[in-house]
Amino acid sequence: MPATRYTPTAIFIHWLMALLLIGLFSVGLYMSDLPLSPQKLKIYSWHKWAGVTAFVLVLVRLAWRAGHPPPALPAAMPNWQKTAAHGLHHLLYLLMIAIPLSGWLMSSAKGFQTVYFGILPLPDLLQKDKELGELLESMHTALNFTLAVLVLAHIGAAVKHHLLDRDDVLARMLPFLARRRRPSATNPEWRNP
Amino acid sequence: MTTFRLILATLAVAAAGSAAAAEFNQFQAGKSSLTFVSKQMGVPIDGSFRKFAASLAFDPAKPAAATARLDLDLNSIDAGSRDANDEVVGKPWFNVKVFPTATFVSSAVRPLGGDKFELVGKLTIKGKSQDVTAPFNFRQDGGNGVFDGAFVLKRLEFGVGDGVWSDVSTVANEVQIKFHIVAAPAAIRK
Repeated sequence: MPATRYTPTAIFIHWLMALLLIGLFSVGLYMSDLPLSPQKLKIYSWHKWAGVTAFVLVLVRLAWRAGHPPPALPAAMPNWQKTAAHGLHHLLYLLMIAIPLSGWLMSSAKGFQTVYFGILPLPDLLQKDKELGELLESMHTALNFTLAVLVLAHIGAAVKHHLLDRDDVLARMLPFLARRRRPSATNPEWRNP
Repeated sequence: MTTFRLILATLAVAAAGSAAAAEFNQFQAGKSSLTFVSKQMGVPIDGSFRKFAASLAFDPAKPAAATARLDLDLNSIDAGSRDANDEVVGKPWFNVKVFPTATFVSSAVRPLGGDKFELVGKLTIKGKSQDVTAPFNFRQDGGNGVFDGAFVLKRLEFGVGDGVWSDVSTVANEVQIKFHIVAAPAAIRK
């Protein structure tokens, strides 16, 4: 029987990352204009630690996804929509990898090594180089705004599927929203009484 | 007899010449550097002082007679980033308007065996003086004397980074200072 929802692990990492990325984005926006203070140094470090965490999580997520293919999209969905959905998901993954990498490289180029939780030093992949640091900073910003736009499209598409198409696309990631509840091979207890 | 005296005299002059040449006292600003490593949130940050002057006299054969003085132009500090550079010249840090220079004046140099020595002296920053001890290495390179040493100071002992910055969990109290001083031998004496 084909799966109708993501695995609990995939769901958990998805929503954990959703919270983490929204937090990282907001903090990133807020912190860059702060005047220098001990608080700013702390926030920068927290942002970097959270960014490393997001990077690790996306790798875990991709590894999990490789062994647990996502549930199929509804058969009724037009092909162009399916292509767009897959394309968007690939772009989201690409950015979730590129953004922390650009942040890490930017830190190196600016001469601020990333030390995870103040304990585990990540290698500096670049030598200190002011201009390269500023270039990577603009890249980090641009990639983030691109991700923000794509995330809005992602949310918009999910809501549109749920409210307009009235299908179970969103329920794949939020099983309690499922309209046509059916027994599932992975969750036998998840059956309508 | 006269030949022998001549030889002796020549030897004496040569010895005096080499002894004079072994005192290094011509500071080479362009070849020397004064750097430091501070720690922010556990992350080492490299910094440097781009302008400083040193006057020194060091003969490896007579370390006890050695003297050194360093004057640091605190406006020339590079603390690792533009943000930090704007900040550290201000009142809570070096307050360079009132205290534009930091000085180090040696009180003793002790041999530690081989090419290792120890420099003892008074470091004055922001009007506060502290005794510091810095081990250093001496070597000769291309006729110049090269001094490489390092020591750790506690910034709060000098009131550097007070107020909100005195929280050492953000910027550590310990700052490692590294010096690389190059000096040419004394000009030939009469």
